[in-house]
Amino acid sequence: MAELSASHASQTPGAHPHHSHLDLLEAEAIAILRETAAELSNPVLMYSIGKDSQVLLHLARKAFYPAPLPFPLLHVDTGWKFREMYQFRDAVVAELGVRLIVHRNQRALDEGINPFDYSSQVYTHATKTQALLEALKLHGFDAALGGARRDEERSRAKERVFSFRDAQGQWDPRRQRPELWDVYNGRVRAGESIRVFPMSNWTELDVWLYILRERIPVVPLYFAASRPVVARSGTWIMADDERMRLRPGEAPEPRRVRFRTLGCYPLSGAIESEATTVSELITEMLTSRRSERAGRLIDFDEDGSMESKKREGYF
Amino acid sequence: MVAIISQDPAREPAPVPGAAVTPAALLVTHGERELLRLVVVGSVDDGKSTLIGRLLYECDSLLDDQVAAVERASRGGAIDFSLFTDGLLAEREQGITIDVAYRYFTTGRRKVIVADTPGHVQYTRNMATGASTADAAVILVDARQGVLQQTRRHAHIAGLLGIPYLAVAINKMDLVDYDRATFERLSAEVLTLTSRLGFAEVRCFPVSATQGDWITKPSERAPWHDQTLLAWLEALPHQRRQELAPFRFAVQQVLRPNIDERLLTGRVASGTVRKGDRVVLSPSGRTATVARIATLTGDLAEARAPLSVALGLDVDVDVSRGDVLAHAGALPEVSGAVDASLVWLNEAPLAVGHRYLIKCGPRTVPAYIERIHHRLDLESLREVSAQSLEANDIGEVRISATRSLVFDRYRDNRATGAFVVIDPETNATVAAGMIREPYLGEGSHHFYSRVGAEARAKRLGHHGLVVLLDGGLAADAADRIAGLEHELFRRGVVAAQVGLDLEAAVALAKAGVVALAAVAATGRERARELLRAARIPWTEAEAAEDSVDVVLLAARQGVAS
Ligand SMILES: Nc1nc2c(ncn2[C@@H]2O[C@H](COP(=O)(O)OP(=O)(O)OP(=O)(O)O)[C@@H](O)[C@H]2O)c(=O)[nH]1
Ligand SMILES: [Mg+2]
Repeated sequence: MAELSASHASQTPGAHPHHSHLDLLEAEAIAILRETAAELSNPVLMYSIGKDSQVLLHLARKAFYPAPLPFPLLHVDTGWKFREMYQFRDAVVAELGVRLIVHRNQRALDEGINPFDYSSQVYTHATKTQALLEALKLHGFDAALGGARRDEERSRAKERVFSFRDAQGQWDPRRQRPELWDVYNGRVRAGESIRVFPMSNWTELDVWLYILRERIPVVPLYFAASRPVVARSGTWIMADDERMRLRPGEAPEPRRVRFRTLGCYPLSGAIESEATTVSELITEMLTSRRSERAGRLIDFDEDGSMESKKREGYF
Repeated sequence: MVAIISQDPAREPAPVPGAAVTPAALLVTHGERELLRLVVVGSVDDGKSTLIGRLLYECDSLLDDQVAAVERASRGGAIDFSLFTDGLLAEREQGITIDVAYRYFTTGRRKVIVADTPGHVQYTRNMATGASTADAAVILVDARQGVLQQTRRHAHIAGLLGIPYLAVAINKMDLVDYDRATFERLSAEVLTLTSRLGFAEVRCFPVSATQGDWITKPSERAPWHDQTLLAWLEALPHQRRQELAPFRFAVQQVLRPNIDERLLTGRVASGTVRKGDRVVLSPSGRTATVARIATLTGDLAEARAPLSVALGLDVDVDVSRGDVLAHAGALPEVSGAVDASLVWLNEAPLAVGHRYLIKCGPRTVPAYIERIHHRLDLESLREVSAQSLEANDIGEVRISATRSLVFDRYRDNRATGAFVVIDPETNATVAAGMIREPYLGEGSHHFYSRVGAEARAKRLGHHGLVVLLDGGLAADAADRIAGLEHELFRRGVVAAQVGLDLEAAVALAKAGVVALAAVAATGRERARELLRAARIPWTEAEAAEDSVDVVLLAARQGVAS
């Protein structure tokens, strides 16, 4: 990997006339992570197993190296993630020796709320939003670090890096705190919290370039492979386990696909692709004309659906 | 759309699908761009959001499904470009921008972060948020309306925030028939306004955000102009001011990975630090050598601004969050009182004498706003006297903190001269501040003591005093000062070290203590001035145990030597 380390030379001044934008995004994210650890008393890192979580975890390791992470990871689990995601999560936790908390909204699962019989709004609210708020409350976390980026969606583009939540966990987009320079206001009262987004200014392309540069491992589902899928709403849904509810006439067929974002398998759309490495994936992305969230079924319920979810406390 | 835009030189050459691309080549082509932070400001409805939508669209940074969604929302008419950034429901309902949106596009060599800010006066706080980090600003002026109060406010805030480059986009030229005289009249008016605001460069452009003239493409309709806004952005020099300023590193946290090691985390706010550098900590004045610049991917020989690193020092000096490391000979200011410019951002007006918090870098200190020097009147552009600052006012104030701030003047260093004001009762960020000068006058602390100096002297057996010690930066200075302190204490004198912090020295001396300050020769004259002004007795001595008699004598006499 001699060529990779060559690009790392941007860390070594003199070799490059300027810091690359990736260096600057990294430096900014690390400073935000440290500020969170210093200002808040009980932060947690939201770990959803996807590429953005992997990058955030890597940045957090950098921020506190050579000390261990000063906060645990929290996985809000719906029970419907891809099997490969659970395997990957457990392998990461074992390898890095980090503390992982897994939280599920047990009541919702007991009630049988699932992605097939319930609208994506009801399902997401119960298994993600509610579960997250429950977990934050249960452990008394006053800061939740997330890998969300402003380029993902129009309402995210409006959010602060230190994004204040009231005691109900809700976001009020009309009353955000001014946030100037890199001086962040992390002051909260009991029950209130801050969602912190160290990767606010990264784009999807930046994330993949950084994964390439830093050789960060990601779930293999991001790369093309033959997978059993059915066509739904203009995208491919993978039948990942026996719980997959097929509609009349549907039969999974093998296709070479990959996922741009990972979530619950019945709601994550795949795209057809030949990209099996990070470089191939980036090359493919540079010619793609669709946004990454286009594959997510949950954002398309209504105009402004993400904003409504976020107001209620969704990540 | 694609065919037209691919003519544009600013657009990436499309990579050939299937061609083997090495990771290194990808990283060089796409991962090593310069970062440019751009903010778009101006009065309400002047076309900021539309201009940014146009810029994103023509720089090909919008994806098909995003364009399709906006086309649907534009209901069959021409694309409403403002919908690409006005992402909140309330914004789309009201047709105005409420909060700043950040969007991203790339040009040949740059990644641009563009902040779309609201023009409405009620949301000036969000405009300031978007503008604070910008390297360049575009200010819009509606060709029919000309310069409005909000235009002046935004121009002033952009100037105060130290944004070096300003583009003036005279927009909606389509509504004035691309009239050159109108453009020139408005340009002249704006240039008069901005000439006193400290921009390094100001350039005017005749544009139409809805028609796309002179934004990324030249326009036949205004053939008398010669440069597109995008070409100007592309040609701006890369911002390296922070790299060239003196070294500053504000400690965010102290890490103790194991019992033997201690590392200071933080960002190189400016300048460069190298392994082996002698550094001075402010406000304590302690010195140490950088033994290690640690990162997960390997130790570095040097780190330039604005990298985030962890520094190991050779000695176990006392360090805490908010302390600033610098090179001897180019130290930051240490003072509890400053004169600063403020942009007031909260509905609750500034209250003189109310306890606020100042957060300057990682350091947060309780502080009072002692007085308002003046407020800027946005009609006459004159400085007028004021009892308070209301939401969206710009003014100058004297701030007095209960502990020392470590800082530079904002015009010298944007990273270490900026602060925010927080109201601890509501936790709201109520103002943005830029430090103009340290204030070294008398009585800058909020000590309204009822115990007089004589009463204190009687109790303690000696007067309060500041001792300016030489050799403060020598390697063993800390030991020698400690020796002197110990010896004084043994002989019944209440003595305490204050490092470089003269404000603390003054406060202690007022309370009857003998304050030992390590002040290098270069800082002497300033220190004397300060002590003279504060009418505090002081003496100057060698940092050595032998100085004990000199100090004792001065403390007993209680007069300046
Ligand atoms: N004719 C014409 N109309 C324009 C032009 N630019 C913007 N407009 C219109 O002016 C109105 C306001 O545009 P916006 O882009 O929303 O203005 P803004 O500056 O972002 O407004 P705020 O964010 O609320 O301050 C919209 O109706 C636009 O279509 C232009 O160049 N020509
Ligand atoms: Mg707008």
